[in-house]
Formats: sequence, structure tokens, C-alpha cells
Amino acid sequence: MKQIFQYTCLASLIILAACRKNLNDKTDAMKAGGVPPQNEAYVQGDQMARPAINTVFVGTSRKDEFNTTAPSAMNAAFYNDFVNKLTSFGYTTNILGLDKNTFAGVLVTDVLNASTTGVTSFYNGTQVLTGRALADDVIDVELTLIFGGATGASNPGLTSDHVDGNDKAFLSSFPYMASPH
Amino acid sequence: MKKSKIFMITMLCLVITIAGIMYAADHIDAPAITNKPTDITDVYVFRAQDPNNMVFVANTQGLLSPVATADAKFDENTMVELNIDNTGDNVEDLVIQCIAKNGKMKVYGPAAPKVTGTISYLNVNKLSTQVDITRYGQEPQIGIGDNGVKVFAGPRDDPFFFDLVQFRKVISGEASSFNNPGNDTFAGTNVMALVVEVPKSLLGSNGTINVWAETKTATGSTTVN
Repeated sequence: MKQIFQYTCLASLIILAACRKNLNDKTDAMKAGGVPPQNEAYVQGDQMARPAINTVFVGTSRKDEFNTTAPSAMNAAFYNDFVNKLTSFGYTTNILGLDKNTFAGVLVTDVLNASTTGVTSFYNGTQVLTGRALADDVIDVELTLIFGGATGASNPGLTSDHVDGNDKAFLSSFPYMASPH
Repeated sequence: MKKSKIFMITMLCLVITIAGIMYAADHIDAPAITNKPTDITDVYVFRAQDPNNMVFVANTQGLLSPVATADAKFDENTMVELNIDNTGDNVEDLVIQCIAKNGKMKVYGPAAPKVTGTISYLNVNKLSTQVDITRYGQEPQIGIGDNGVKVFAGPRDDPFFFDLVQFRKVISGEASSFNNPGNDTFAGTNVMALVVEVPKSLLGSNGTINVWAETKTATGSTTVN
């Protein structure tokens, strides 16, 4: 009887060891590559294209909603919010000659336009929204478009933060961004 | 109206205006994502060093101090999805899905999405390339796929620059304008960067694309109600 018990224990240990080995094999296989969740639905948590759109134009109570809206649905859901925000800014026009409703319509669909054939720049005096390069001073562009009026010269104290570049130099080749601090 | 009153009203309007701009570009822009790996800080799209390629950058987890950077990780349940509309209707025709797994960043696409909109499924058969996620202090690791898609993933300097501190002083009424020169609030901080370079030939022939980034998190369920 005692012997049977010992054999059972031994067998159990061998089975346990075998199981452990299988587990290890699976872990090793995952380490070699592994596949992310592949049949599951992934649900949108944040969305962004142009800088500071949600931050500036959407009220606190709807910011999460904006982040979880597809761009093609933003105009219908948020256009009035954008018009009202521009009204509160005292906005009439800007250097692009966009009246309030037109400007709101441009802003509300948060996508970044980019040219695949030419120079890419957020705004450089010639190119308007043909991309966003790392060095582009997008805040000054947006401040000017919002506060600068028809000539860009209105509210001069508010149309530039006078930070004109990054604190580290960008790279000319991939991955382009500067090493971390 | 007296001039001084007009000035006061103008200033009040500006203060109210600027009060909306708490954090830019998109760093901690909304309650549900603040301080989560799903928070996108900035998106960049530009012509590559090789003019035949386009570069897409999506940064997450902003305002990382150097001390916090070594421990920052990509979430293995959250894909960063670069959406590309090449027909002008603001609906994605192509997606580039990037998701971390076991220390590697995997890049699927560009390829047509299985469905468009706020829910996505992984284009599991469209793996372009993968790369070891670069560790803090390590030289950049670069993955290059047979289709020419290149990827980098890991901590980098936050390329965004803005005098947020002075901005807040304007908001609170402590100041009426920016300083000259200003002071970059984002100097000395890092982000978790994702850089994907793609041959333009994989992006359609429209000449113009509309791009946006989304973070999308696996739900544990095949369907969403």
C-alpha cells in the first residue's frame, strides 16, 4: 500500500514536471514572437491629428467624446461647439481669409492633410497644411490663425510664444527624433 | 463704450479663450486618457530623407521625466493606429497598426482596414516588420520590412515646444502676453515615440492624404455592443 502511494506520488511529480515543461515551451514560443490579440475588437480611446484641436475647441464635458469620435462624424457632432468657441474668441477672419463658419468647418474634422508629392509643412508662407514636420512652429501658426486677424498682426502679444524651436536638434535620418533626455 | 472698458472686455475674452488651452498639443487633453498609455501627445507627417517615402510619427505618454523614462512601456493591449484617407472623404482607406508584444513593436500594414470607424480588428496577416523596442539609453533599433516599411519604437525627446508656463500666467491674469524670448515647457521631457516610414507607392496616388492617429485597446471580446 505504501509502495502504491509512493508510485502515485512519483507519477504525479513526473506529470507535473511534464506540464511545467509544456508551459515553459509555450512561454519560449511567445518570447520568439507572439501575436497580439487578433480576434478581439479594439476600441478607440484617443484620437489626434492637428495639434491642440480637442484641447482648445472642445469643452471639458465633451473632450472624451471628441476623442472617441471618428473624424468623418466630427462635423455633425461638434460643428456648433467650434463656431461658438470662435465667437467667444471674438474671431472674425484670419490670414487665410476664412470667415468664422468656414474656419470652424476646417477645424472640426480633425485630420492632418499631407502632400505625398511636395514639401510637407504645417505652414511656411507658401505651403498651407501639407503635413507637419518636427520643427514646424505649430503653436505660433495656430495662435496667429486664431488671434492674428486678417493680416496676422492683431494681438501681437498673443500670436507667438517666442519659443521657435525644439530644445534638441532633430536628426536628418531615421528615426529623425532626438535621443531622450 | 470707453476705451478702457473695451480693453477690459477684450482681455476678458482672451482670458476665457486661453483658459481652454490648458495642455497642448494634445498632451493629457481629456479626462479618460490622462496619464494613460493611450494618451496621444502629437502626430507628425512629413516627407522622409528619401523623398520617395513618407514618415508618420505618433507620440504617446507625454511629459516623461528622464527618471521615469526607463520604466515607460507600450501597452500590449493598445494599438497605435495610423489612419490614412486617400480619397478625401475623411474615412480611412488604409491603416498602419502598431502594437507591442514581448519587447517588440509589430507593424501591420499599410492595408485596408477590416472595418472603418471607432472599432478595429488587427490585420493579422499584414505584418510588414517588427523591431525590438529601443530601451532607454540604447542606440535606436530599426526594423525594415520586405515592403520597405521602417519602424522605430521607444523613448525619444518630446519634439513639441511651447511656453506653457507663460501661457498659464496669461490665463490666470498674471500676465497679458507672452515673453520674448519664451521658455520651452517641454524642454527636458520625453515621450514614447513611434516612427514609421513608408514608401509613398503604398499610400495611393491621390497626391494628398488625410492622416490621424488613434489608440485602440483590445476589449477581450470579438464584438462590441
